[in-house]
Amino acid sequence: MRNVWIIFRKEIRSYFVSPIAYLLLTMFAVIFGFFFWNGLGYFVHVGMESQMRGEMLPMNVNEQIIRPLLNNCSVIGLFFIPMITMRLFAEEKRSGTIELLATSPVRDIEVIIGKWLAAVALYVCMLFFTALNFGFLFRYGNPDWKPLAIGYLGLLLQAGSLLAIGTFISTLTKNQIIAGAATFAVCLMFWVFEWVSGYETATWAKVLSYMSVTVHFDSFARGVIELKDALYYTTLILVGLFFTARSMESLRWRS
Amino acid sequence: MISVQQLTKKYSRNLAVDHISFEVQRGEIVGFLGPNGAGKTTTMRMLTCFLPPTSGAASVAGFDVLEQPLEVKKRIGYLPETPPLYPEMETVEYLTFVGRLKGLPPAEISKRVDYVCERCSIGDVRKKLISKLSKGYRQRVGLAQAIIHNPDVLILDEPTAGLDPKQINETRDLIRSLAGDHTIILSTHILPEVEQTCEKVIIINKGKLVATDTVENLQARARGAESMLVEVAGRASGFDSAAVRSRLERVPGVTRVALKDSRDSRASFQVESQKGFVRGDLARAVVESGWDLNELRPTAVSLEEIFLQLTAQGAEDTKPAAQVKSA
Repeated sequence: MRNVWIIFRKEIRSYFVSPIAYLLLTMFAVIFGFFFWNGLGYFVHVGMESQMRGEMLPMNVNEQIIRPLLNNCSVIGLFFIPMITMRLFAEEKRSGTIELLATSPVRDIEVIIGKWLAAVALYVCMLFFTALNFGFLFRYGNPDWKPLAIGYLGLLLQAGSLLAIGTFISTLTKNQIIAGAATFAVCLMFWVFEWVSGYETATWAKVLSYMSVTVHFDSFARGVIELKDALYYTTLILVGLFFTARSMESLRWRS
Repeated sequence: MISVQQLTKKYSRNLAVDHISFEVQRGEIVGFLGPNGAGKTTTMRMLTCFLPPTSGAASVAGFDVLEQPLEVKKRIGYLPETPPLYPEMETVEYLTFVGRLKGLPPAEISKRVDYVCERCSIGDVRKKLISKLSKGYRQRVGLAQAIIHNPDVLILDEPTAGLDPKQINETRDLIRSLAGDHTIILSTHILPEVEQTCEKVIIINKGKLVATDTVENLQARARGAESMLVEVAGRASGFDSAAVRSRLERVPGVTRVALKDSRDSRASFQVESQKGFVRGDLARAVVESGWDLNELRPTAVSLEEIFLQLTAQGAEDTKPAAQVKSA
């Protein structure tokens, strides 16, 4: 546990002494900020219109602003995750510092979990900016906080699983760009798998759409914790980290 | 302290390390000598548990590298060929991180960091970013990193590679000064380095152990020989450098003749001989055979050459033994 903490601290530090963390946070804040502004603007517009017509449409901040925004956030996350994970192992392999880690009295799995947790922590920092935006809704409106909390849990689980996969891909290469691009491709595939269910009902389509990370996020966005969805993400995290461990071990046998 | 038996590492096609066995006693400084690609780094990586051996066994301080890697890693300080540094960290910060990683108790870390900074004379770059350090400082920070947890065994892979002569001397002094407390294995392809720093030499070539010898013996070999450059020119058109060579080889006392350069009707040879006065005989042999002696000057026996000779001999020596084994 101590070793995990040591690695975690080192990784967090290197995110924040380099421009990576600030760049990612700024980009994310701007992009999510735009989505928020846009969503809120539309909500206000619809509200005004319904008042002018004199008919009261049912308006719900949770359903009409927070839920779509959480879904947006989950997709925006897909674009940022490769940038978080690509350097984790690729950089160590390129600079040779992997030799330091591998010849120190720490277990591979401690290194992996430390790095993965650091990546998750950076993602949490990104989510902090969404919380700033949602804060306005609580200041001027009266949304229910519980579905939002569950939404955050879902985002965390989803990001955790993709970050685990990204960590695994980062162990495969010395080149950060390759690691980033491959992770991005995988993230994208895990998103668009969902689309086949739109026109196809065969079993393979169901399986493919079940594999999509965004499908499983929907329940969380609605404010519901579904066991199968939570289980899906947890499994993906474990599989990702397990593959990372195998890959690190195989580095020693191959190199 | 270190015991290696029949250690072998096979990559997909080639045999990088081929049944190497040796022992290193506590407190010794051992030079691991061999040309580039001889398998030095691979052997060291196996000793540090970075690579698992294909077959054979190695143990450090009584712990097997395959069975108890964590115990081995606690007792080893390793400086790879490129120091494993994080450029975005400051020197002290980096050493603190490595100290933690090596399992030093938190209370001791700052004390050890101060100690290694002083020992490796990097006190004046404590607060500098590693990316801003010069090559020499980087190497020393790498060395400081290797000794931070006061390991029993130090494994240094080409610790002086890429340094300027002054830095090389400083690094060698530093390594020598560490000898009392640590058992040290250092790899190099520079012979004088071994001479200056080590007590024992392990020579490997193409993955095979060629010789395990003390430095004194190696130096004795160097003193027992003489070397000179001979340039011969022919007057007639039918000048044949091979003929000159065979004539030179027949001069009594000559041990080795190597053609260095040959163009038109001139050829120069590197001639090695036993100690004595063979120069006169050489000159006479050339002139009496009807050639011109353009140049005859003694050259210092380069230790590298001796080493090359030694590896060549060693390879011949081990061949019959291997045949006996297979028979």
